[in-house]
Order: sequence, then structure tokens, then C-alpha cells
Amino acid sequence: MNGRMTRRGFGLLATAAAVSAAAGRGVAQAPAGEPIRIGFSMPLSGALAGNGRPALLAQQVWAEDINARGGLLGRSVKLVFYDDQSNGANVPGIYTKLLDVDKVDLVISSYGTALIAPAMPVIIRRGMAFVSLLGSSTNEMFKYGGTANISPVGRRMNVDFAKGFFEIARGLNPTPATLSIAGLDSDFSNRAMESARWQAREHGIRVVYDRAYPPSTVDFSPIVRAIRSAAPDLVFFASYPPDSVGLLKAAGELKLTAKMLGGGMVGPQVTAIKAQLGAQLNNLVCWDVYAPEPTMTFPGTAAFLDRYRAAAEAKGAETLGLYAPPLAYAQMQVLEQAVTRAGSLDQAAIGAALHREAFPTIIGELRFDQTGEWVEERNIYIQYQGVTGNDLAQFKQPGTQVILYPPQYRSGQLRPGFPAA
Amino acid sequence: MLDPVLIANAVVSGLLLGCLYAIASMGLAVSFGMLDVVNIAHPAMMVLASCVIAALCAPTGFDPLLAALLIAPVFGLLGAGLYRLYHLYFERRGDEAMQGLAFFFGLMIVIEVSLVLVYGADQRWVETGYGGLSLGLGPVGLPLRMLLPALMSLACIAALLLWLRRSFTGRAVAAVAQDRDALRFLGADPIRIKTVAFGLSVALAAIAGGCLIVVQPVDAHSGHVFIGRVLAVVILAGLGSLPGTLVAALVFGVIENVTATLFGPAWSPAVAFSLLLAVLALRPQGMFGRAHA
Repeated sequence: MNGRMTRRGFGLLATAAAVSAAAGRGVAQAPAGEPIRIGFSMPLSGALAGNGRPALLAQQVWAEDINARGGLLGRSVKLVFYDDQSNGANVPGIYTKLLDVDKVDLVISSYGTALIAPAMPVIIRRGMAFVSLLGSSTNEMFKYGGTANISPVGRRMNVDFAKGFFEIARGLNPTPATLSIAGLDSDFSNRAMESARWQAREHGIRVVYDRAYPPSTVDFSPIVRAIRSAAPDLVFFASYPPDSVGLLKAAGELKLTAKMLGGGMVGPQVTAIKAQLGAQLNNLVCWDVYAPEPTMTFPGTAAFLDRYRAAAEAKGAETLGLYAPPLAYAQMQVLEQAVTRAGSLDQAAIGAALHREAFPTIIGELRFDQTGEWVEERNIYIQYQGVTGNDLAQFKQPGTQVILYPPQYRSGQLRPGFPAA
Repeated sequence: MLDPVLIANAVVSGLLLGCLYAIASMGLAVSFGMLDVVNIAHPAMMVLASCVIAALCAPTGFDPLLAALLIAPVFGLLGAGLYRLYHLYFERRGDEAMQGLAFFFGLMIVIEVSLVLVYGADQRWVETGYGGLSLGLGPVGLPLRMLLPALMSLACIAALLLWLRRSFTGRAVAAVAQDRDALRFLGADPIRIKTVAFGLSVALAAIAGGCLIVVQPVDAHSGHVFIGRVLAVVILAGLGSLPGTLVAALVFGVIENVTATLFGPAWSPAVAFSLLLAVLALRPQGMFGRAHA
């Protein structure tokens, strides 16, 4: 399939994507022949397992769906995956095994930059098409043509990532003048902090504290005390799940206050951490990828979440499915559509198809530039509002994760100040 | 200009953190420092205890520190059994150096994988009534989440030191570290004494697990953060010196937090481990260890 897609063709694909997620099992011809094997590693243990396991479950839901619809290119699909233990050092060996021993037909990535980047040399050497999940400009260094990244951070993460946080802060009265930045010394967090510095310069906000902490940090009270001592108007954290909890607990104990607090925190999106922090999340303004607000609905999202939650309930997995799972399902939809458009398992054709046309998915229409990043970034910033107790059901309802940015998805008003009154 | 209140808070929070390091290191100080058993799985045992305590306390509301005291004897018995296996298959054959180390490394992996299979990959935690509260001593804040585990840690270490000095078995444990053959002349079986001591070290891991789950949530791999630290504390103190282990842990905690406050948290591990290197260069036997004749 070459050339630009017609509006009608796009409409057909969009309908197919929505129906595939909604129905799950349509009436279709039974797949024939050897299954198409899709290989990948995933963090099923270790620090990133809290997101890796739900992502895998979403991919398994997709595999069930596509097999029920007649398979891919008329063949059934089989997922071949290994636990990379959240350790990048395990990743190259896993992908070498997948390609040389398991002889998989297609590959997709693990979760996150730290586990995507180690696979890239193997993928590039073998010329495989590669759809990655929640990387942050991983391909910037490799400049590989056959990749697409399912992540809303966009191509200029070190500029755009924190834009929403500062746009929201601009609405505060009086306008904030000072900022503290603290974040984990890792690729994602460093880019997030770089973006916060860039945005602070743009908005004329003075940075009064700016430190990175190592992954081995146990006690976050020195960081929070130093921030409290600097008395900033805004606090921007760029943290991973364990440290997000440590920072927020220390902020509560040491009574850290700010006009707005949050930023690029990975952690509050994780179901277990939502349950753990409960009402402590109120008024936190945090980066996210999706929120169940009426302003952010796409064809198939609700149906997918129903299917995912039923599967998660049965398997005892996390049951909200609001962070990695929709993106993981979209990752498989993009792969499916690229293969269908290529009409074969030819990797160069699939790689080229990744950049040609738009992909209707359950997280909206995606279009990738030549580096594989989204043509338009879609970093959303939400504020937790009205969270009571630790009941998870409240996070399925609109109104607890109010979207404040970008304007097209805005679903409520900022409640200034942290912590909540 | 240095803010004295900030420094005072950094020192106090460093002491509280040091108490956590002390109870996490004390079991290893007994097994590694006194029995010459390099139990690299000690932090994983601590995390195992944290997860068991979380499973017991999260649904019942039972206090995790009290739960740690209750499960410590069970862990002690398991530790005693584990030492018997280690002795049978490695120590008795003289294979304890590399193969013994590999045994405990393997045990660490088995514990971590088992935790993932049983409890899942997500973090475990326990809500306590004192979780978000702090005591104020003038300008110095004492979060109860850190203070109560620190007090528990100090109480357990004091009880351990008293037992080692006052009881026959306690003195025998100290003696077995120095001369196991001489111990036989006193009518004590060194293997039995080492079994008791190793069981005690694993019981201490259970108590450390109770303290840890109050301080922070844990997952199956949380022990990795502590492996370097507890080994550093035991070596910094000098092998076999339990009071020295307490002092070294407190020094480690204070240096980490003061460095984080003054120069940024990224420098904390570098400065703390530089201290270890400096002490080893000047006093190879550690701060409180005895020089070999």
C-alpha cells in the first residue's frame, strides 16, 4: 500500500480499530498456517514491573482480539516474551535470542527508555521494524529509520515536556517567580528536568534549587528540607515510582508547601501507588498520558478498558489500566496496521509504513515523524482533585484526575496550592 | 551562608537513617563479622520479612514493628536450619569461600523471584497511625516514620549487646569468632553455637524488615539498595565489632544526609563510600576492628 491514504481509507481503518477494541471477537475467517511470532522483552520483575506487567496484559488482550478477528495477514499471532527484570543489561541478549533462536517474525520493545535503548543496536544490525513503548527520544542518537515510539513526549522532550506545567502555573495569581527542581539521575528524569529549566527561562522564573539524586536514595528528607528552605513558588519533581512515594511522604511530614507542586513524576500513574497515597495526591499537578475525563475519549478506549479490567481482575493484576495499558494496546495496533499496509513481513516495508500515514488507535490518531516520534507532542498534565481514602474505584470516574493541559482536553480548573487545604 | 537549622535537621535525620542502617547491618555483622559467613542474601531476607509483615499487617491494622518482634523467632529458626545446610554442604567440606558466596547469591535470587511470584511485582506497604506525623524539638523535626524504627533498632541492638556480654551462649558466640577449637575445651559445640548465632542474624534481618516497611514501601528487589551499604557499614566498623557497626551506621547516615543537604544528593554515596576507602587505607582493620597480629 503506497502513497497517501484517502479519507475513506482512513475512516475504514479507524472503524476497524474501534471495532477491534470494542468487540474483541468479531466474525472472521479462522487464521491459517504457522503463527506470526512477535518477540519482545518486558519488565515483569524489578523496579519497572509495576508498568511492565499491565503493559504485557494489554498486549495479550490485543493478541486475543486479533486472533479472534482472523489473525494478521491471515495467520494467527503468538507473543514470545521474556522478563528483562527491569535491567537494561539483559535486553541485548534477549533480542539476540528472540531473533536467532526463537526466530520471531516481528519485534516490539520493552517498556521505557532504559530498556528500549539497549535493544536498538541489535534491532538496527538486523534491520527490524521496531515499535517501542514509552521511550523518551530514544532514537535521537541512533537515527534509525524503521522505528515508531508510542509515547506522547514528542521529539523535543527536553523542551516541550514541562511546557504544560508552566502554562498551568502562568494562570496562578500572583504569577510564580521561583522554582525548585529535583529529580532522579536517569535519562527520562534528566530530560524532564532539562525541559523544566528551559521552560523556567522562557517564563522568567528563577530556579532556586536544582539537584539530581541517585537511584539508591533511601531518605528524601534532606532534599525536601533544602527545597523548603529555598521557599519556592513552584516545585517540579522528575521521579520514578519508588522515589515519587518517598518525596511525597517527606513533603507531607516536613510540611512542604508551594503554590503548585508536581511535574514529571512517574509513580502516581501506577495503581498501587494511587492506592497507597490516596488523599495525599490531592492538588498534585502531574504529567500523565491519559485520564478518564469526558474531554479525552477516543473510539475504542472505553471498550478496551472494560476488556483489560476484566482480564486484570481474573489474573489478579492492576485493575485501573490507565497508564501503560492503553499505550501498549496502541503499540500493537500500530504494528498491526503497519504490517497490514506493508502486506508482508518485509521489515523495510513495515518500517517505511510506520512513517507514511496516520494510525487510528484507541489513544487517538497517531502520526510519526522520521525519527519515530509523534509529530505533535501530547504531554498532558492532570491535577488530582477530591481524592478520598484509598478506594481505587474513584480513579475510574471523571473528576479525580482533572486535565488542565493541553487546552483541547482541559476538563476542569486548577486548584492552587499544595498540599490541598 | 550555611543555615544552622538546616544542618541540625540534616544531622538528626542522618542519625535516624543511620539507625535503620544499623539494624540492617547488625545481622550481617554477626554472620559475616563473627562467623565468617558472607550472607549476601541478608538484605533480601530483610525485604522478605518486610513483605511478610506487610501481608500480615495491611489487612489487620496490626503494628509492623510489633509484628517484626513476633516473626523474628520464626526467621531465627529458619536461619538456624539454613546454617545447618550451609555447614553440611559447604563449610564442612572447606568450600565456603567461593561456593558459599555463590550459595547465598543464589539464595538471594530465589528469595526475590519467590517474592515476585507470591506477592507480585508491585510495591508493598503498611499504613500506620503515625505514618505522616512528626515531633518537633524546637526547629528540628522528627518524623515518627523514622523515629519509631530508630528507637526499635537501638533497643534491639542494646538487647543483643547485653546478651552477648552477659549470657554463656552470647560469650560463646563471641568466642567462636576468635577460636572455635578453644571453645571445645569449655564443653561448647562450635557448630551449635554458630547455628544459634546465624539464626540470630536472620532474626535481626526480620526486625530490620519491620523497621524498613515503616520507613518506605518495598518491592522484591528493594534489598539491592542496601547490599552495598550494609557491607560498607560492617567493613567500616571492623569485622566482629558490633558497637562499632552501630557507630559506623550512624556515621554513614549522617554523612549521607549532610552531604545531600550541603552539596546535593548526587554526592551522598560518593562521599560516604570515599570515607570507607579512606578508613580502609588508614586502618585496614576498620574503625573498631582489631589489627591482625
